Amino acid sequence: MADRMKKVPVREQDPAVRAKNFDEVCLGYNDEEAAEESTRCLNCKNPRCVGGCPVGINIPGFIAMIKEGDIAAAAGVIAESSSLPAVCGRVCPQESQCEGQCILGIKGEPVSIGKMERYVADWAREHGVSPQPPKERRGKKVAVIGSGPAGLTCAGDLAKMGYDVKIFEALHEAGGVLVYGIPEFRLPKKTVVAHEVENVKKLGVEIETNVIIGKSVTVDELLNDEGFDAVFIGSGAGLPRFMGIPGEQANGVFSANEFLTRNNLMKAFRDDYDTPIHRGKKVAVVGGGNVAMDAARTALRLGAKTYIVYRRSEAELPARAEEVHHAKEEGIEFHLLRNPVEVLTDENGNVRGLKVIKMELGEPDESGRRRPIEVPGSEYEIDVDTVIMALGTSPNPLIASTTDGLDVNRKGCIIAKEENGQSSKEGVFAGGDAVTGAATVILAMGAGKAAAKGIDEYLRSR
Amino acid sequence: MYKILEARQLSEKNFLMVVEAKWVVRACQPGQFLIVKTDEEGERIPLTICDYDREAGTVTIVFQTVGASTTKMARLKAGDSFMDVTGPLGRPSNLIDMAPEELRRKKMLFVGGGVGAAPVYPQVKWMHEHGIDVDVIIGAKSKDLLMLEDEMRAAAGNLYIATDDGSCGYHGMVTGLIEKLVKEDGRHYDHCVAIGPVIMMKFVCKLTKELGIPTVVSMNPIMVDGTGMCGACRLIVGGEVKFACVDGPEFDGHKVDFDLAMERQKTYKTEEGRAMLALQEGDTHHGGCGMCGGDR
Ligand SMILES: Cc1cc2nc3c(=O)[nH]c(=O)nc-3n(C[C@H](O)[C@H](O)[C@H](O)COP(=O)(O)OP(=O)(O)OC[C@H]3O[C@@H](n4cnc5c(N)ncnc54)[C@H](O)[C@@H]3O)c2cc1C
Ligand SMILES: Cc1cc2nc3c(=O)[nH]c(=O)nc-3n(C[C@H](O)[C@H](O)[C@H](O)COP(=O)(O)OP(=O)(O)OC[C@H]3O[C@@H](n4cnc5c(N)ncnc54)[C@H](O)[C@@H]3O)c2cc1C
Ligand code: SF4
Ligand code: SF4
Ligand code: FES
Repeated sequence: MADRMKKVPVREQDPAVRAKNFDEVCLGYNDEEAAEESTRCLNCKNPRCVGGCPVGINIPGFIAMIKEGDIAAAAGVIAESSSLPAVCGRVCPQESQCEGQCILGIKGEPVSIGKMERYVADWAREHGVSPQPPKERRGKKVAVIGSGPAGLTCAGDLAKMGYDVKIFEALHEAGGVLVYGIPEFRLPKKTVVAHEVENVKKLGVEIETNVIIGKSVTVDELLNDEGFDAVFIGSGAGLPRFMGIPGEQANGVFSANEFLTRNNLMKAFRDDYDTPIHRGKKVAVVGGGNVAMDAARTALRLGAKTYIVYRRSEAELPARAEEVHHAKEEGIEFHLLRNPVEVLTDENGNVRGLKVIKMELGEPDESGRRRPIEVPGSEYEIDVDTVIMALGTSPNPLIASTTDGLDVNRKGCIIAKEENGQSSKEGVFAGGDAVTGAATVILAMGAGKAAAKGIDEYLRSR
Repeated sequence: MYKILEARQLSEKNFLMVVEAKWVVRACQPGQFLIVKTDEEGERIPLTICDYDREAGTVTIVFQTVGASTTKMARLKAGDSFMDVTGPLGRPSNLIDMAPEELRRKKMLFVGGGVGAAPVYPQVKWMHEHGIDVDVIIGAKSKDLLMLEDEMRAAAGNLYIATDDGSCGYHGMVTGLIEKLVKEDGRHYDHCVAIGPVIMMKFVCKLTKELGIPTVVSMNPIMVDGTGMCGACRLIVGGEVKFACVDGPEFDGHKVDFDLAMERQKTYKTEEGRAMLALQEGDTHHGGCGMCGGDR
């Protein structure tokens, strides 16, 4: 019997070994471990965990099926609410969502919901439960822009309802952040992501890569000339931010997006791919979110001594707790309460260091977190040859600026109703990071689902 | 897959290809570019859309072999395919937004250095189709490296040629020829478009600034996505950070920080050098070159 207060530990690659490879860090539960962990769940009458899940998965329901050893049924329960469980089980910030609410977390460790969700999803994939397109067709065409979690989910749901769906993706591969941002060692591309994309295709969705909406063709043209009855915009928030400090244009300063795209999408870490990547010897990554952790752990795996430079303290790190923990285990050094003021360069314009200033925390700001304030005269230099900026991203203005009557807010996010994704333009729906700004996979997926329902209602009412 | 319908070698290092790309050709305009990727392992390579045929759904690209990826591309033949072609990217040339009457009033000079003749051509052709005669200079190291001479002659008002070694036309660099045209031959220009190696654009802009001729350049920094997502292509223009792929590639040449642009092009120099070596040495590369650790 499992200790009621402690999670069944999950097997992971040894930190010293995994720091040198790109294989998945977490090995996941096997049958026995999942069965054992499932017994910890109290099957609460009022399950607090469900309230913590943005898509309201029936958590005690699927865990009960694991207890009974009916994994296919567990997969069925999850599928009622989520279409990307193998992804979410791996990348959801469980500590602030489902597991953060679990009753067991009050006195001990919460139930390992994410790891069990992943287990069920991996089981379902390995046992080849594959979806079928419906016989009954609606005879209406929907265009979905972007193949990230929002687009894939919206397209999959619409296909299940019998619509003819086509996804347009700007890059040469489908998956959005799941392929270009999140690294292989957290989210395997072939086994997990490609499989989710395949499943969407099996439902009859057509995916056309290399088409940039707003350049190759506009939203208005999709509706007026290309015969689509509705459009869903799930174009994400891909625009990188820089700090605007001196030296930022030096050779050796990269956005996390460039660094990760070269490594993940273009597979620069593999010798058989042509795209080059700058393998620094000493790398500073600026930022404290998932993107920063991913960039740092990628740089480490490419052979660099790596530092995280973050302006607030450990408690405010926005990254998933598990990633911070893994990063530390792998030997990444955290320079907390530090803010870069200048990138130092040598005579050839290459990075030779990062000048940072110490910070202290003052009063809470509008985000509710304590505002970091500079400590005057506390500057010092960190010896690095590479600086990666992971400061957050915002939506690309390309679509909004080429679509008549599509309203965006001050931050460039498309304005859309949360319940059905309806934008300010008739027949046009939106969701995911393009609407919320950089958020999470599960929220993007939820928005894709809501918009699929919204589109269905809209097309039925016409 | 994007089929190559025609593949021609223009000179030792310059190649022209006509490629099927229906989504690119649907909306492309002079001044814009596309991105090609040869195969699964290939790099994303930005290239100017040199010509297009909307009926046939094809675009023409002209490229120079400079590194491993362009060398690999040059091995493709008619009937082969690119795995990926994306576009059109970047903003169209500002000139096409101006009214034809206004354009006709301007005396315009187009300068294409080396492979820069390729991106200049669609603009010259567009002008010609709109009944506007412009002066064109194409420059190259020597006669056999000159490109698109016949096409250019058909579309330009006056075509001038400059070669570094004097094997054809003016003996010297394009800057020398511009100076001669203006100062000795008394030609007057209201507007200049200069496209070529960064170093050439830098010196053309230095000269046209002295001569008081507003000049537009087309920048070719390192790129990855071409949609504003990575920031690899950032430049300083007029003291501000610009992304060449979405804010450009054309900019006011008198405002571009060319020295920084040249520095930034060197970012992947050692990595690319190794890739080139690996490609040249092919299967013999396993031992490594002492720098890269071979097939580590
Ligand atoms: C490095 C990194 C790590 C992350 N880690 C986590 C994590 O651990 N957990 C978590 O929950 N979230 C994480 N996130 C956030 C999460 O990935 C995003 O919130 C989520 O992917 C958003 O989904 P989306 O479908 O809205 O957009 P995206 O995934 O960004 O997909 C948008 C797609 O649209 C395409 N597109 C954009 N413009 C156009 C156009 N004009 N025409 C055609 N296609 C277009 C893009 O190429 C892209 O493929 C991370 C993000 C990053 C960058
Ligand atoms: C918007 C845009 C439009 C372009 N249009 C064209 C075009 O129409 N025809 C064309 O031939 N090229 C064009 N280029 C340049 C072309 O993309 C590069 O030459 C190509 O990516 C080089 O790839 P490679 O792997 O073969 O060379 P790499 O191995 O990447 O480069 C080899 C060496 O050449 C240097 N180098 C890289 N790019 C250039 C450059 N543009 N000029 C001079 N030196 C360079 C590098 O610093 C490196 O040292 C364009 C670039 C941009 C951004
Ligand atoms: S989808 Fe995410 S939040 Fe919901 S139960 Fe799964 S891991 Fe928890
Ligand atoms: S709150 Fe915890 S114990 Fe209760 S049902 Fe949810 S997972 Fe099980
Ligand atoms: S090429 Fe990535 S932002 Fe311009």
